[in-house]
Amino acid sequence: MEFAPYLFLATLEGAVTAAVLALTAVGLSLVFGVMRVVNVAHGEFFMLGAVLAWWVAHMLGGHPGLGFAAALLIAPLMVGLIAVAADMTVLKRIEYDPERTIVATIGILYIIQQVTLMTYGPDARPVEPPFNTRLAIPWFRFGEDGVELYWPWGLATTSYKLAVIGAAGVVLLCVWLLMARSRIGLLMRATQLDREMALAFAIPVERIYAIVFGLGAGLAALAAVLIVPISQAHYLMGGDPLLLSFIVVIIGGLGSLPGTVVAAILIGLSDGIISVFFSPTLAKILATLLVALVLVFRPQGLFGVRRA
Amino acid sequence: MRRDGQVLELDAINVAYGKARIVRDLSLCVAPGEIVCLLGRNGAGKTTTMKAIMGLLPLLSGQVRLGGRTISDLAPHRVPRAGIGYVPQGRRLFGELTVAQNLEIGMLARGSDARVLEDVFGLFPRLRERRDQRAETLSGGEQQMLATARALCLEPDLLLLDEPTEGLQPSMIEAIRQVVILMRGRGVGVLLVEQRMDAVLSLADRVVFMENGRALETLDGADLRADHSPIERYLGV
Repeated sequence: MEFAPYLFLATLEGAVTAAVLALTAVGLSLVFGVMRVVNVAHGEFFMLGAVLAWWVAHMLGGHPGLGFAAALLIAPLMVGLIAVAADMTVLKRIEYDPERTIVATIGILYIIQQVTLMTYGPDARPVEPPFNTRLAIPWFRFGEDGVELYWPWGLATTSYKLAVIGAAGVVLLCVWLLMARSRIGLLMRATQLDREMALAFAIPVERIYAIVFGLGAGLAALAAVLIVPISQAHYLMGGDPLLLSFIVVIIGGLGSLPGTVVAAILIGLSDGIISVFFSPTLAKILATLLVALVLVFRPQGLFGVRRA
Repeated sequence: MRRDGQVLELDAINVAYGKARIVRDLSLCVAPGEIVCLLGRNGAGKTTTMKAIMGLLPLLSGQVRLGGRTISDLAPHRVPRAGIGYVPQGRRLFGELTVAQNLEIGMLARGSDARVLEDVFGLFPRLRERRDQRAETLSGGEQQMLATARALCLEPDLLLLDEPTEGLQPSMIEAIRQVVILMRGRGVGVLLVEQRMDAVLSLADRVVFMENGRALETLDGADLRADHSPIERYLGV
């Protein structure tokens, strides 16, 4: 057995983790950046996306592609609307005070989690992927007539996993276009830079906040819909994405979207590789250690700007 | 020049910042095409008055009216739409955004048409040259031009200028001054907070002296130009 092909496989697995993590963390980063609040319930919005995906696919039946496509549209939209409602009924009332928002979102976390337990139940349920062709991974070796390809035994990924990576890339590109090129993105960035001046120039800051909170939750839900055919929907599945998103957002620099994506790739890939060769627990330990180092030596994060 | 009615009327406003009451029973008015200057020591409540007009600080009592319409009960983001351009102290640009994007935010506030932007670029040609540059990379004077231009993009009936010449070199001060005079000529009401005596004396149609959040005295600009002694009395210059 050679090492290199297995490293390649582990990297592919890590890339799937990185893709899903990037979407989830960008959602968290967006909310923190624009609204300056920490959303502890972010992982539950992720979980809700997965559970709603199962529910939509289950209700529709028929071809798995149909159910999945519907879930891909409906679940993030519903989660986004739930988040908007939470923003308008809870966060707006406490005036987005940073400390009180943490406590309030912890409350939202438990409400979502327990309501899911009471309705959906404690089971882990799979959603069938729309397509799932096994793809053997080719590798090369130096044979008698130069380089030749071969297929190491048992080394394979699926077409769906590759599609997840591609889809996450497309969504991240859309988020970037939204922030950098669209009018609503301009208003969001202005609100992020100076809330008071945004108000003084007629930007409806409360509406922007509701949109951003919904968008952040919707991104987490979308990430969950993408991963649920691989990892199943369960009412406690929000913990890991929350922890990893926080790690990524801190390493990348609070509120910096490019930093978040770079850190997600870093953490996702190392998580995948270390999980394959050692253990998933070691991967989490190292990621947490990295956060500690970043906080000590570069508190603003790799890409963050030090604020006065 | 239209002199009937007032652009801005403050009717006995009281404003608190946290628990401290900063502005007490302040009443003043600005007519179209008039430059009214708020004068007073640091902490007299000038900037607080500006923020209260913009709806950024809540009134304890009193009313703010713009063109006869009460604006002090509007949500803060609706106040500028009524027709107020605000040039805050310290400029407060959207630093990471480009010059063009800063101006676009001004344009979006009231849905001004493209002609307004051309007019603003006409007043500040230098901003056109730097339109794709990030606002934070501009020089101090250019930043002040941008802050003023951003406010003018709303086609305001009232312009609030909070220490617009602070820390600027003389040529920039003159450029800002000329624009303010031009706006007066177009019938815009201007409420100006200014520390520099020569700027006040050369611009103001009326001067309101503030101390401890109250308006002590209102003087005609022309009278003040003839006799500087009230300034010395109030500011101890």
